[in-house]
Amino acid sequence: MTVGLFIPCYVNQFYPEVAIASLELLEKQGLKVEYPINQTCCGQPMANSGFENFAKKTYELFVKNFYHYDYIVSPSGSCVYHVKEHFDIVDQTDEVTHVRSGIYEISEFLVKILKKENFNSYFPHRVGLHQSCHGLRGLNLGKPSEIIGEEYSVTKKLLNNVKGIEIVLLEREDECCGFGGTFAVAEEAVSVKMGIDRINDHINQNVEVITATDMSCLMHLEGIIRKRNLPIKVKHLVEIINNTM
Amino acid sequence: MIDHPQAAKIFNEDVERVNWHDKSLWVVRQKRDKVASEVKGWETLRSLASGIKAHTLSNLDEYLIQFENQAIKNGAKVHWAENAEEHNKIVFEILNEHNAKNVVKSKSMLTEECGLNHYLEKKGIDIVDTDLGERIVQLAKEPPSHIVMPAIHKKREEIDELFHQHLNTELSGGDEVYLTREARKHLRQKFLDADGAITGVNFAVAETGTIVVCTNEGNADMGVHSTKLHIACMGIEKIIPSQKHLGIFLRLLARSATGQPITSYSSHFRSPQKGNKFHIIIVDNGRSKHLGRPDFRSSLHCIRCGACMNTCPVYRRSGGHSYNATIPGPIGSIVSPGFDLNKYSSLPFASSLCGSCADICPVKIDIHDQLYKWRQVLTEKIHKNRFKSFVMFIAGFIFARPSTYRLSGKLANISLRFLPKSIIDNLIKGWTRERMLPEVPQSSFEGWYKKNRKT
Repeated sequence: MTVGLFIPCYVNQFYPEVAIASLELLEKQGLKVEYPINQTCCGQPMANSGFENFAKKTYELFVKNFYHYDYIVSPSGSCVYHVKEHFDIVDQTDEVTHVRSGIYEISEFLVKILKKENFNSYFPHRVGLHQSCHGLRGLNLGKPSEIIGEEYSVTKKLLNNVKGIEIVLLEREDECCGFGGTFAVAEEAVSVKMGIDRINDHINQNVEVITATDMSCLMHLEGIIRKRNLPIKVKHLVEIINNTM
Repeated sequence: MIDHPQAAKIFNEDVERVNWHDKSLWVVRQKRDKVASEVKGWETLRSLASGIKAHTLSNLDEYLIQFENQAIKNGAKVHWAENAEEHNKIVFEILNEHNAKNVVKSKSMLTEECGLNHYLEKKGIDIVDTDLGERIVQLAKEPPSHIVMPAIHKKREEIDELFHQHLNTELSGGDEVYLTREARKHLRQKFLDADGAITGVNFAVAETGTIVVCTNEGNADMGVHSTKLHIACMGIEKIIPSQKHLGIFLRLLARSATGQPITSYSSHFRSPQKGNKFHIIIVDNGRSKHLGRPDFRSSLHCIRCGACMNTCPVYRRSGGHSYNATIPGPIGSIVSPGFDLNKYSSLPFASSLCGSCADICPVKIDIHDQLYKWRQVLTEKIHKNRFKSFVMFIAGFIFARPSTYRLSGKLANISLRFLPKSIIDNLIKGWTRERMLPEVPQSSFEGWYKKNRKT
């Protein structure tokens, strides 16, 4: 099984450790993993701003980079959701449909495709799970609190198997962090307020580390945390899962 | 005119108020979760309701005619209005015919949409909103900030002040029992003096020609039963095919709206009492046009429960008035652009696209997806922001070219590391005023990968 690793543009630039953890974690499972060097972006920044026509060429390049892999895996629920949900403005060739059906957010890939939940991870901290919306509601990585039904969560399954970890219940289990791409700048006041409230929910439960399936949420929260010198850190879920004793 | 981001910024200047507003609505959301989870098959009910609405909208012409025929048989008089002006004119003519000068009205978002109050006031008619929340905002000369809880933005103390000013009450420090009793006294007199009653319509049953009005205060019934004239105003999308479908919607409506199992009053109006008159006005006002927009037509499923507002993290932190539309919040943001693309151009962007609205919607409107689609329409039809358009074009250009992308990545990395902070902050102040940029690492992942994996 050959896996193409898709690393979102801002993770590549700002958070290489998240990409390295993703790569290592997949490699440890005996998979052949490649990072196609010509990859750029999923096109979401343009499309969510209302300019999906400017993103067409980016979509085509994405498909060109990834169609020959059995699976495409990424440490971003948001980008994966975008490829699955919004690549319908380009011709639906076999390559395009293969990419759209074969792309997975990494925690879902581990649990549903590799069928593994325990990675001998070790992380002795109080952790709050921020459920990134596109992974939660877009990819159904868990049951959103609005939906009435049986509880399930791919991400919680993974975290529950981490040794030494203390998962903390939040007052609002899946409230949005307020990032939302260009929303963060266009609606600065509300975006920042949402971020502050999200962080405070964690701080009130004495959380040491906020984790999530999307670094974009964490980048926004970390930006506020560092600006205000708040006593809390952020870490992507793969960094926790890839951390062993 | 100020747009949503500006209005939201002003709202956020009072942090305590934002926290209070957010929490008030969150409590309603929690009540809804609790009561919805007690219903076996809640998600099935949602699917059924969505299916019934989709079916009805696809056969709306036939159901409307069926409804009209039945209503006429029942003794109602049915009027058709193509737009707000026609609607208002019809209401006035009916009132005039009956020489009605004091009119009581129960909650109706349609009459808000048509600007009926203002129109009738200019014609010298005393029109009184009898829903308590609506009466509060009417006295304050404000539009409702929420479709179910019109005065949710007002604190008790402010209502105290308002009643003191308009109803000559004692200042009570916001004593809700006292204020409610006073409001009741005030409204009772209005009911006694009334010579005409207007109600909205929650559901119109085609099979029976019945209209159903849901209230918690019984104010629709009080109005209808204290006068000889009942005018019911409904949008064409209020139709449901038959009585058996009603139960599905009644089970969903109040639970989604306020977390009650059912509204205190679900009143079925079929025929006028002997000697009384019953008029039904069926209004289009842009709805058939909206029905012709395949990407957006399902927003006409809406049963006006307001659950999307209560759950929306943006609505809770910006307030209903920041939308500057008859219907605020997520559903308002996908309905309003259909009325006026220019005026409401900031609304589809007033969302982080978290999708909570779509998951809570009892009739399964894909609200977040429609917000995304309106954004595409807006940038195509309105070139308001040339700079943003330029930036997005450049981004699209770079992301389509790997070598240009790599070069820009390197340039960005170097600039962020070595340019003075003041220059960077000025370039991207929308981010850096309240947030730090991430610390820039020595090497990108790509650089690391080339060194450590690729030979």
